[in-house]
Amino acid sequence: MVYSYYPGCTLKNKAQDLDKYARMSAEALGFTLEEIQEWQCCGAVYPMATDEIATKLSAVRALNDAKEKGQDLVTLCSACHHVIKRVNDDMQNVEDIRTRANNYMELKEPYSGETKVLHFLEVIRDRIGFDALKEKVVKPLTGRKIGAYYGCMLLRPGNIMAFDDPENPTIMEDFISALGAEAVVYPYRNECCGGYISLKDKELPGKLVDQVMASAAYKGAEELITACPLCLYNLKHSGSGKKLTVSYITELLAEALGVKEE
Amino acid sequence: MEVNQVQRIGVFVCHCGTNIAATVDIKRVLEAAAKEPGVVHAEDYQYMCSEAGQQKVREAIKEKQLTGVVVCSCSPRMHENTFRGAAQKAGLNPYMVEIANIREHVSWIHKNIEEGTEKAIILTRAAIAKVMLNAPLQAGQSKVVKRALVIGGGIAGIQTALDIADAGYEVDIVEKTPSIGGRMSQLDKTFPTLDCSACILTPKMVDAAAHEKITIYTYSEVEKVSGFVGDFQVDIRKKARSVDMSKCTGCGVCQEKCPSKKIPNEFNRELDNRAAIYTPFAQAIPNVPVIDRENCIKFKTGKCGVCSKVCLAGAVDYEQQDEIVSQNYGAIVVATGFDTIKLDKYEEYSYQSCPDVITSLELERIMNAAGPTKGHLERLSDGKAPKSMVFIQCVGSRCADERGKSYCSKICCMYTAKHAMLIRDKYPDVDVTVFYIDVRTPGKNFDEFYRRAVEEYGVHYIKGQVGKVAEHNGRLLVQGADLIDNRRILMETDMVVLATAIEPNPDVRKIATMLTASIDTNNFLTESHAKLRPVESPTAGIFLSGVCQGPKDIPETVAQAGAAAIKVVGLLAKDYLVTNPCVAKSDELYCNGCSACEKVCPYGAISYEDREVNDHGIREVRRVASVNSALCQGCGACTVACPSGAMDLQGFSNRQILAEVDAICR
Repeated sequence: MVYSYYPGCTLKNKAQDLDKYARMSAEALGFTLEEIQEWQCCGAVYPMATDEIATKLSAVRALNDAKEKGQDLVTLCSACHHVIKRVNDDMQNVEDIRTRANNYMELKEPYSGETKVLHFLEVIRDRIGFDALKEKVVKPLTGRKIGAYYGCMLLRPGNIMAFDDPENPTIMEDFISALGAEAVVYPYRNECCGGYISLKDKELPGKLVDQVMASAAYKGAEELITACPLCLYNLKHSGSGKKLTVSYITELLAEALGVKEE
Repeated sequence: MEVNQVQRIGVFVCHCGTNIAATVDIKRVLEAAAKEPGVVHAEDYQYMCSEAGQQKVREAIKEKQLTGVVVCSCSPRMHENTFRGAAQKAGLNPYMVEIANIREHVSWIHKNIEEGTEKAIILTRAAIAKVMLNAPLQAGQSKVVKRALVIGGGIAGIQTALDIADAGYEVDIVEKTPSIGGRMSQLDKTFPTLDCSACILTPKMVDAAAHEKITIYTYSEVEKVSGFVGDFQVDIRKKARSVDMSKCTGCGVCQEKCPSKKIPNEFNRELDNRAAIYTPFAQAIPNVPVIDRENCIKFKTGKCGVCSKVCLAGAVDYEQQDEIVSQNYGAIVVATGFDTIKLDKYEEYSYQSCPDVITSLELERIMNAAGPTKGHLERLSDGKAPKSMVFIQCVGSRCADERGKSYCSKICCMYTAKHAMLIRDKYPDVDVTVFYIDVRTPGKNFDEFYRRAVEEYGVHYIKGQVGKVAEHNGRLLVQGADLIDNRRILMETDMVVLATAIEPNPDVRKIATMLTASIDTNNFLTESHAKLRPVESPTAGIFLSGVCQGPKDIPETVAQAGAAAIKVVGLLAKDYLVTNPCVAKSDELYCNGCSACEKVCPYGAISYEDREVNDHGIREVRRVASVNSALCQGCGACTVACPSGAMDLQGFSNRQILAEVDAICR
């Protein structure tokens, strides 16, 4: 199975591991991530401003590219996934945005949200299946106590992202269990890390990250995983409390599948 | 156009003060009506429904020998009966009156006088065209069975049954659980007077059980309902109790000796366990246990039989079967009550993951001396006494998204104030905080009660919602907002109590379907009129009592229960009911026996029979439709479904409707 793949800027710079291990794991699981040509920055959260059309166009281009190839579009970075899924929803349901974006783009055929957008984890859950994943694991992560950190952008708004129950998600825990580790559920796994605020205010993300770390540690987690480069940055660099190690979901996956380079 | 020269029509145009006259040129309507064929009289009046107006109608009928009357006025729902009555007094068959609705359908929705007048003229013409084809109809009679059924044995059902029985009529209560008492029996104290719930409820339960006119079927469910107002036929399934009610003395030894004791106790909101043979609570009525067969070792494995061995009365009967009781009733009261909503979509409050986060109904059981903690306020995780408690209001109520309910559950503000006050009174060292959206206390002595909680008992009220409750270091972290102080709040506490939204008992859908009683999007039963007929369902003979109709507290429930009872008594006091003659009728000569009408009839009023028909001299037996006019509600579905045009609705015949359409399109 071949999926159109939108890596996003961060995965080409700070978060190269997230990208690299995703591609390797995908091959091991029997699917291919085909990077779409000439993709552009999704604009991070800025395209969510409803009166702005230009910032949404990058997402529409990527979506239309996948549509023309007849492929589903896979993303990894939480911010990219958030933006692309929500812009896709706008193109399906908000007539004003759809009309203006299509007028600007002058595509061969107007785009109205036909492409299915999947997060890498959704591909594993819905297309591969956690049971099948379990069978492909060659180095089970037995004995490791891992907490999932969802952050906010994958889950909310719940009705549009339709990723999991925003207040009680289980997809990453099921993922961790499938890899043979013990998934540690802790209450702060779906709270905000502070996001971009860390650029101008170190204190607030510090407080939030300390709370996340303390909550995870209290419930017995020894390490955390995340899908989001920005969360990873904040979890590692903000706050002053005790730190658990944080890695990307794909790194953990590559390790369990036995494809991670040592 | 074909004109029936025999008909002499009078048209009466009402001004309704300025309600109609401001938007409709009455004079032009009169002129147009007068020109219609068959119309021999046309007049207007300021208030046609007044005595003086009705007088004009009566006089005109007599003086002009009118055979049909058209009144151009408000909706027929408002005054059709008024004018039918006036016609009858003047000697005209009441079904020779037609209403042209030029108020709700014209003047109230149009602003332009030209348009309004034109439409009023068209509607008047249509009514004239219809009344031309009206035929005098005679209302029939149906008998009234002098016995009422109450579905649900909570405070609503008990009160309704007592009031009906005190008026001298037989009443049966059907209750699904093993005892009557309902939600109120689970409550500890009641606002705003703080009297003990059991102390005021149990005497009523005893009264109901002892009343010679009341029969109580517990552990029973309504299985089938047919018939109609005045004579419903109901099948009640008495589930096998496995205990002979006539022999059991209620000693309770069986419950003590039962080896299967790990079954979640529904009465205590599953906070502790009960035995497989059990009465839900000590004051249960009847005080006869039931065997929960799904969890009984004897029923699961065939081995055990301890309860039977220890029962000195020999009352335990493993062979007992379900029993169907068939009974006829003149009226049915729905009093099925409520439950709290499920909280699985609200995990931001950690209800599922943390035992110290409880619902208010669970707190009632914890505070109750017969509850899981014997009335001691303690954390369910470690049994420790809390030093601090947080109450969160509107959990699932007034909810904008699909997780919860859009409505206000109405009782939560008051019971939360009650809980806060009782805790501060009994455990003064416990700090109590309430997060609220609004505090709603409309009710006698209600606001005073809430003020007391704040001012005398020092309960902290914070206007704002809670975003997260998280277990941390053995305590609970509550993250919320103080909207008045405009600040985020992060506080530690020991217990969190959720004022969970209430919703109608889930079984009510099934019951409403059986009764053909309408239900709203929230599963509350719909009343016939929101203001003027609040305890009657639109389905004749079905009445509503308690929370099945909408959220209410105990005083309101009791008041409504009494209101439902008096409506039932008013019905049962009659020996016969007048039936609506506007019912379907099948012409046997056209009927081809296809059953299309039988399938679409929502009231089960149509059946088929083999009947000898005389088709222009040829006598033969044919399978033809037959309408039970007592069951038929005159909806007209069959007349549309009938492919051969045999089925027609009296008073709204196909010819009449087409005449109206023709008149409108003319």
